[in-house]
Amino acid sequence: MGKKITGAEMVIQTLHDQGVDSVFGYPGGAVLPIYDAIFQQEDVKHILVRHEQGASHAAEGYARSTGKVGVLIVTSGPGATNAVTGLTDALLDSIPIVCISGQVPTHLIGTDAFQEADTVGITRACTKHNWLVKDIKDLPRIMHEAFYIARSGRPGPVLVDIPKDIQFAEGDYEDLSKTTHKTYTPPNTIDNKAVARVVDLMERAKRPIIYSGGGIINSGPKASKLLQKFVHKTNMPITSTLMGLGAYPGSGDNWLGMLGMHGTYEANMAMHDCDLMLCIGARFDDRITGKIDEFSPNSKKVHIDIDATSINKNVEVDISIIADCGKFLNEALKIMDKRSNKFQSFNEWWKQIELWKKVNCLSYKPNSDVIMPQYAIQRLYELTKNKDTYITTEVGQHQMWAAQFYKFDKPNRWLTSGGLGTMGYGFPAANGVQVAKPDALVIDIAGDASILMNIQELSTAVQYQLNTKIFILNNSYMGMVRQWQQLLHGNRISESYSDSLPDFVKLAEAYGATGIRVKKPADLDDAIARMIDTPGPVIFDCVVANLENCFPMIPSGKAHNDMLLGENVSDEEVANAIDDDGKIMV
Amino acid sequence: MNKKNPASTYDIISINEDDERHTLSIIVDDEPGVLARVIGLFAARGFNIDSLTVSETESKQQLSRITLVTSGSPSVIEKIKVQVDRLVSVHKVSDLTADYGQYGALERELALIKVKGTGNKRLEALRLAEAFDAQTVDASLDSFIFQITGRTREIDRFINLMASVGLTEVSRTGVAALKRGADNT
Ligand SMILES: Cc1ncc(C[n+]2csc(CCOP(=O)(O)OP(=O)(O)O)c2C)c(N)n1
Ligand SMILES: [Mg+2]
Repeated sequence: MGKKITGAEMVIQTLHDQGVDSVFGYPGGAVLPIYDAIFQQEDVKHILVRHEQGASHAAEGYARSTGKVGVLIVTSGPGATNAVTGLTDALLDSIPIVCISGQVPTHLIGTDAFQEADTVGITRACTKHNWLVKDIKDLPRIMHEAFYIARSGRPGPVLVDIPKDIQFAEGDYEDLSKTTHKTYTPPNTIDNKAVARVVDLMERAKRPIIYSGGGIINSGPKASKLLQKFVHKTNMPITSTLMGLGAYPGSGDNWLGMLGMHGTYEANMAMHDCDLMLCIGARFDDRITGKIDEFSPNSKKVHIDIDATSINKNVEVDISIIADCGKFLNEALKIMDKRSNKFQSFNEWWKQIELWKKVNCLSYKPNSDVIMPQYAIQRLYELTKNKDTYITTEVGQHQMWAAQFYKFDKPNRWLTSGGLGTMGYGFPAANGVQVAKPDALVIDIAGDASILMNIQELSTAVQYQLNTKIFILNNSYMGMVRQWQQLLHGNRISESYSDSLPDFVKLAEAYGATGIRVKKPADLDDAIARMIDTPGPVIFDCVVANLENCFPMIPSGKAHNDMLLGENVSDEEVANAIDDDGKIMV
Repeated sequence: MNKKNPASTYDIISINEDDERHTLSIIVDDEPGVLARVIGLFAARGFNIDSLTVSETESKQQLSRITLVTSGSPSVIEKIKVQVDRLVSVHKVSDLTADYGQYGALERELALIKVKGTGNKRLEALRLAEAFDAQTVDASLDSFIFQITGRTREIDRFINLMASVGLTEVSRTGVAALKRGADNT
């Protein structure tokens, strides 16, 4: 074994051996030795964020756009607690990130020392696994285990808490990046017989649907390719969750649009009326199923998921396969090749779907004076679709409009906080993408309220000359909250007006970035072009219609075939859409 | 380094006192998550848990008794007691070891011990079991399971001896303890 190195050096060496080129972080007393080690090397680039929550979302953005593990470094106490939201976000959306936190020296643990927090205790509920390193001998193993666990099986966040004395201590380092874990062994085989039974069901189905999710994205780009092949071969209609957008092209022939609470009419109706549902890498979340006892009442259901705890959690299924989605698709395609085409023609089914599509559920009233938010996204899509574009979002109406109107043709291009719904996610995540993809066009579609939650990261973007664009659909409201207040609470707009908003153009300029404001639909295209052409970060303040609601919508507690559609819905219908049972739902 | 007046807390090093084993009897509200709170405190503060038993108490007041054996220096033990006592769900902590000593408190533990072997070893195992007053609760042609009840140290000794005559598995209940005499623990 070579010469002894310090714990801090081991941390950097692990990053190197794991192929990490950039990390996001913020220094402090308990991580100074690690920062000293960062200073003395050039392999791993450190991006200084302005708030540890920003580091956590940036690491998520880096991970989601590259398929690699994202890394953040935070100090003890407040550094670690600030990262909790991002860790929870990554847990719910299955994003692989490693958080390295400093801790007070081992002999002070438990004494309420300065900046001591029980980080492992606090983050136990929001990580896949976490460790407190108490002996330098364990550090290399734990560091590499952390990466292994973050990316294996159902990916997720992990945290390694390293006391300061361990960072200073010296020990032997060994590159363990190729080793696995003694107890954690996620499934890497597949039950071929079960796959064959799924193909049997497919052969008999008359009204099948594929309901895909983030599991396909997490499986890697190859799974998306296989999914496209699978759809092409079977001619089945396909819908996807918010997290799965881009696995099958949004411009593809068999695409029904997103499903769920703000999904398309055709997707939700097809889910309700199908006779075979193939759920691949999704988890029957409540945003998807609506009223659970009226969820797709007459279908056989198949569920493919790498995580056994997702199976039969919300919905009982007929066949379950615990495996990687890509592996399933590969296996199913092989079986289908052998059997050569015995599928029913889905003509009748497609005819029905075409009728549903004619409802034109995403239509909205055009306006030549005021920019409609939907129109803004449509124009943004048209003007960026031929570029190497990545879209992130904040949380609210703008997020749903982005999901509905921006068409994603490739995986890993769409980054949004699905499970946790974290306002403030989009901008730091966009910075994370831009760090990983310096030449790409990265746009955070934001709301006027959400963007203020992590606006300090504009300073980061300016420092590193990131070209990140912030496209604010500025409706002067927490629009999604206002919409629910209209639906549920007699239109009493309690505390959801965005009072005292900053002048976003001046705000951009104050940070050393560029600000652009547009108010008229006629000016929109030119302004978007200007945004794209402007180097460095830009805040684009797109002033849109104030009170527009996001439709279609399955009101909470209602079934899939009980949707509120946009254009013709009266105020009264909106006010009475949710009954007492639905009111308790979020 | 000056232990009394360190320049910074980072300079404080722990003083080497000898570790002691203490048995704590902790009365808690019988509510969801209460065990996690107590154990979480030990993990967060870096305290040891050598053995742990939990069960409902005799009373109908929705109380549970956690009997916990811990080890640490006298100052650490003191910290543990005040930390546990501060938990909102904890009614009472008594340190049976410190307050009543060996003769003031009763401590018992039960263990099941599986030994495998034939011939002389088998006979020797039986003889030892008899000497320790252990019961034979399961037997096959080449194995026994013994049940022994007693003080922890006694059980430790029995297990150590069994190691040389084919011990394969041990399961222990952890310590149950009460104060002697009429007064409550
Ligand atoms: C951190 C956090 N706090 C509160 C919420 C609840 N919430 C969901 S959407 C929303 C309003 C978002 O407003 P804005 O960013 O302006 O987006 P809009 O809906 O207007 O497009 C709020 C407050 C949340 N999702 N995340
Ligand atoms: Mg808004």
